[in-house]
Amino acid sequence: MKVTLKNLTKKFPSRNKKNPAPVVAVNDFSLDIEDGTLIALLGPSGCGKSTTLNLLSGLQKPTGGEIYFGDDDVTNLPPENRGVGLVFQNYALYPHLTVKQNITFPLENRKGKDKLSKAEMSDMATEVAKLVQIEELLDRKPSELSGGQQQRVAIARALVKEPRILLLDEPLSNLDARLRLQTREEIRRIQRSTGITTVFVTHDQEEAMSISDMIVVMKEGVLQQKGRPQEVYDDPCNLFVAKFLGTPPVNVFDGEIKGGKLYIGNEAVMSFDAPDATVDVAIRPEGFTLEGEGCFTCSLDRVEVMGRDISVVAGHAASQNDVIRAIVDSDNLDTLKGDKVVFGLKPNKVYVFNKTTGERI
Amino acid sequence: MKNNLKGWLYLLPAVLFLGVFMVYPLIDVFVYSFEEGYNFASQTYFGVGEYNFSYVLHDPYFLQALKNTFILVVITVPLSTGLALLISVGLSSIKKLRELYQTVYFLPYVTNTLAVGLVFMILFKQTPYSDGLANTVLSWFGVAPIDFIGGPYWAKMLVLCIYTIWVVMPFKVLILTSALASVNETYYDAAKVDGTSKFRIFRKITLPMISPTLFYLIITGFIGAFKAYSDAVALFGTDLNAAEMNTIVGYIYDMLYGNSGGYPSYASAAAIILFVIVLTITCINLLVSRKNVHY
Repeated sequence: MKVTLKNLTKKFPSRNKKNPAPVVAVNDFSLDIEDGTLIALLGPSGCGKSTTLNLLSGLQKPTGGEIYFGDDDVTNLPPENRGVGLVFQNYALYPHLTVKQNITFPLENRKGKDKLSKAEMSDMATEVAKLVQIEELLDRKPSELSGGQQQRVAIARALVKEPRILLLDEPLSNLDARLRLQTREEIRRIQRSTGITTVFVTHDQEEAMSISDMIVVMKEGVLQQKGRPQEVYDDPCNLFVAKFLGTPPVNVFDGEIKGGKLYIGNEAVMSFDAPDATVDVAIRPEGFTLEGEGCFTCSLDRVEVMGRDISVVAGHAASQNDVIRAIVDSDNLDTLKGDKVVFGLKPNKVYVFNKTTGERI
Repeated sequence: MKNNLKGWLYLLPAVLFLGVFMVYPLIDVFVYSFEEGYNFASQTYFGVGEYNFSYVLHDPYFLQALKNTFILVVITVPLSTGLALLISVGLSSIKKLRELYQTVYFLPYVTNTLAVGLVFMILFKQTPYSDGLANTVLSWFGVAPIDFIGGPYWAKMLVLCIYTIWVVMPFKVLILTSALASVNETYYDAAKVDGTSKFRIFRKITLPMISPTLFYLIITGFIGAFKAYSDAVALFGTDLNAAEMNTIVGYIYDMLYGNSGGYPSYASAAAIILFVIVLTITCINLLVSRKNVHY
């Protein structure tokens, strides 16, 4: 099911009496979600991604704009008529019901000609349980399950009614690190095998990049950039997106464009065809190289060996971060001596941004 | 061993007070109930046996009190709990004026029993000047005046039941409102997304979630209703036997200190009977709740 958001806006009334202006959680948000894709809404907390999800589910009504599922305008439909499956951050499994009863709960709500017999419901529950691999847990209570198992039950409950789209609100944040890796693969597998259009909300960029077809970066209710994970990572449209994606984070410097060259400190690090201006320069950790002749001199702080790569921790007067982190090949370990290091830069890993607007130049 | 001693030292005040004022009297009552014709002044008795129980169980006043108490329990506990549930669900689903209503519903709880009794007098008592507010309202529908306080048995029982429900409900409303508020919103959101009807949400989610609180209220409600006494006094005065409105606790009091009093043995036997009844009912309650209360 293709999903279209058109100029979606959600304002909450202000609770602050001194400042009665409403809080804008989602601001003029437009997005097309292709059928059968897994899309991640990514942003720091308070950026409006969960509100966007709630607008999609119908739990909240938008202040302005429209939502389409396929060609149907669902903007004013209540949640139950939208056909969405929603997985909550805390899973919201009913603690007094068994796993099976939890899964069949949505089915029991059907009325009239859609009404299902007990056997049909049981079959559907077993089928979806098989899909998320929890068949042997059907008679347990949620409190007897691990976090990852509860997560699967929640997904099963969302999928059993064969929703048009599946929404996941921070699905992995309640799991420990190892389980998170495993579960995100699981979500990807389930999404692939059902082919259901899926929107999931997260603040973890690694999570978003690793499993989604498309990521949407949000900040303060405004869509910053959308695209395939690699595209957004390689080609950030503004400083916020560049900073938000990538671990270790991007290194930011005060820079200047002068006479067709990009300067950081006193060194011209690369040629850059743009009018003269002071700028922010962001360099990915993997954008540094030690091969060939260097052009960018930093003080060498220490070297962290990670096996395949090494992480060079360095410093520079123009750096906006506390330290500079460069990831280079471990072959270079022997050359890193003394208190200075001269890097070369890969031009496609260096991004230049307007100092005031933060837009990419 | 040293730690143990310290622990007992800390417990000593509680143990001392509970022992002197709870455990010892309990045992004493049990002993009295088997001592025939015990006399406080001379500390003597005729013999030991089950005569006290047999006397009490054949005493028409006790049987009347037993009947009254049972009617009171059977009517007021389910009604007050049900009404309290209805009111608290109502309170939780409104936003405007919620605090005002909460205050109104809680007022009876902080009002003195005897003051409430006075209000009920105005509502129900016939005086040379008026038939009471209730009768005035009934007269609009062409009902002849009924003497609620000194009249037929059912009328008196009705007033007593209304009074009891009115007095015990605020506490239940308070407890249930907070139980309802503590149910996690996301359960309702999840149910809404799945298209669950309001009634089904209430029956399948809200009720099971608050079932521990509900059963707590039912059990304490039963125990409280079995111990009813002051409510009857507030309405019908101290001579409850004459008004046919005595309760078991009232009977025990009368046997000890009333006009016909001075029979600690009979009072003790009645108290033991009450204890056995309450114990049985509470056990049944717990057995039922084990099947229906979740967690």
